[in-house]
Amino acid sequence: MDTRPTMKDTVSLSTYLAVKEVWRNRARFLLVSLVIALITLLVLFIAALGEGLGNGNREYISKLDAQLIAFQDKSDFLVSASRLERGRLASIRRVDGVQDAGIVGTSSANLILAGQLEPLKVALLGVEPGHTGEPLVVEGRQISTDLADEVILDRNAAIQSGLAVNDMLTLRVTQGTRDEFYDLRVVGITDGQQYALQPSIFTPFFTWDRIRPKSEAEANNAEAVGNVIVIKLADPDQADRVTQQMVAQVRNIEVATLDEAIQSLPGYSAQQSTLNTQGAFTLFIGVLVIGGFFQIQILQKVAQIGVLKAIGTANPIVALASVIQIVVVTAVGVAIGGFLAFIFSLTFPPTVPIVFNGTTSVIAVIALLLIGPIGGLVSIRYAVKIEPLKALGLS
Amino acid sequence: MNTSKPTYALETEQVVKTYESDFGTIHAVDQVSLAVKPGEFVALVGPSGSGKTTMLSILAALLQSTSGKILLDGQDLADMDDARRVALRREKIGFTFQANNLVSYLNAVENVELMLRLNNKLDKAGKLRARELLARLGLGERLYNLPGQMSGGQQQRVAIARALIHNPSLVLADEPTASLDTERAYQVVETFAGLIHEQQRAGIMVTHDLRMCEYVDRVLQMRDGKLTRILTKHEDILNLARSGKE
Repeated sequence: MDTRPTMKDTVSLSTYLAVKEVWRNRARFLLVSLVIALITLLVLFIAALGEGLGNGNREYISKLDAQLIAFQDKSDFLVSASRLERGRLASIRRVDGVQDAGIVGTSSANLILAGQLEPLKVALLGVEPGHTGEPLVVEGRQISTDLADEVILDRNAAIQSGLAVNDMLTLRVTQGTRDEFYDLRVVGITDGQQYALQPSIFTPFFTWDRIRPKSEAEANNAEAVGNVIVIKLADPDQADRVTQQMVAQVRNIEVATLDEAIQSLPGYSAQQSTLNTQGAFTLFIGVLVIGGFFQIQILQKVAQIGVLKAIGTANPIVALASVIQIVVVTAVGVAIGGFLAFIFSLTFPPTVPIVFNGTTSVIAVIALLLIGPIGGLVSIRYAVKIEPLKALGLS
Repeated sequence: MNTSKPTYALETEQVVKTYESDFGTIHAVDQVSLAVKPGEFVALVGPSGSGKTTMLSILAALLQSTSGKILLDGQDLADMDDARRVALRREKIGFTFQANNLVSYLNAVENVELMLRLNNKLDKAGKLRARELLARLGLGERLYNLPGQMSGGQQQRVAIARALIHNPSLVLADEPTASLDTERAYQVVETFAGLIHEQQRAGIMVTHDLRMCEYVDRVLQMRDGKLTRILTKHEDILNLARSGKE
């Protein structure tokens, strides 16, 4: 006689017992779900903040239609520490395997907003019109010529300034010891392309070199100097070979992949690891909270489990019922927390660097769904070990 | 091979249960042999520490005996592994305990149906039988009440229904009246005895309340782990029940 219940029987009975208990004690279980919802809210916001801050730092670089970035030698892949004359561009374009290259200059500027006392601080980026580095517009048109007084706004700059295509804008920059004002026309708007946590404005490289903040000494320098050269390869799989060839062929440069360049952004790695640690600790606290609740719950119903076992309930049914309860309570908590996070996210102004990225949120949700069963492992083991004889006081 | 149904639902031969302690070997159950027929209701009585609860636990397949034979419907419990003992408890034994009898989050009818669910026998007829049994036990109005919404006596009656619903061969009751007032206690045991006789189950009740023996067919007295006295005459049993003294 095979006395073991089938898998179907086990699942069906466990589900029945688990659902009945949760439903008949819904206020208590809901309370735990709400605690999990708050943990979910916190984890999702930390993840979104990490994504937002990271995105604000790397957005322009990560969206480049390029594979490599050339820096000045010994600049440690720091954009702000790198200086490259525009003359290097031709040498780099000549390297076998390079399809296109464009110089990029970075600086900051103040965008004067009509009717507002405080200017909007923006990243002012000089790019080569028609070459790698110039972002593609989603509205309006690309920059027309190398010397045009035209700009492309990133979506954040457009939202925060209220400017639209064909509007004129005024930039205030400090050159030498004087504040200079430059009027430029908005010709296009691109998607989010933040740089250094600031909304971005893209101008032709030569225009950028003319209007960027500079010291007295720089103002007298005839040669246009940018920061880095972004490189698009004919075959992205040949990145290693082209890098070696480029370093050998062009003097005083070092070459990084986009990912290496992003990791080298000032504070980026430290910021991301800090936020990841916060997220991990919050998950750990979640494990302890869920583990503690279910352990107390099991301790309170030792006699009950004893009765169930005495009347012939097999251990897999008791264990699976506990797992189902934990999964249900966790899933409800995560769903409530996710919904609250979504509602709250709608209320944040665009200046707050919070981005609910699909992948990051899904990873956070999966981690949150796993903390329930992990936290409940001890209590499940305890439930399985309960001796009916002892639980019923018969020994 | 003899395929005829055993005369006794339960038979034990020379059952021994010993424990080792700092003071030497303790014989909790010592050479106990007994037999209970279908339709027979037996009381196991004795003072505290006499071994009656240990004996009940052995009969319930909750505790392994040290030696001896325990045959339930002809199957020897001593030969069974844990999984088969769990299955035996589910299929062939009905239980009522002193307290914490019911599953707190299931209502009366769900508690009774649970035994049918465990045995994969919950069908329309089973559901109807559970309701009828509860109605017979005076709980027709309490079918959907949770244990917390019922009195101790009502809970015990639900436990009796649960112990009988799956047609077990053996029904075991551990101090079923311990938490009840006298009137309720008599009602519960009388109903229990009536159903055991009617449904032809073998029933064993452990009790320290000798008054409850009024409704049993036989009284087995234990002392120091041994079976010391057996009362089978109705008159003797009534005298014991009325005197309340062993």
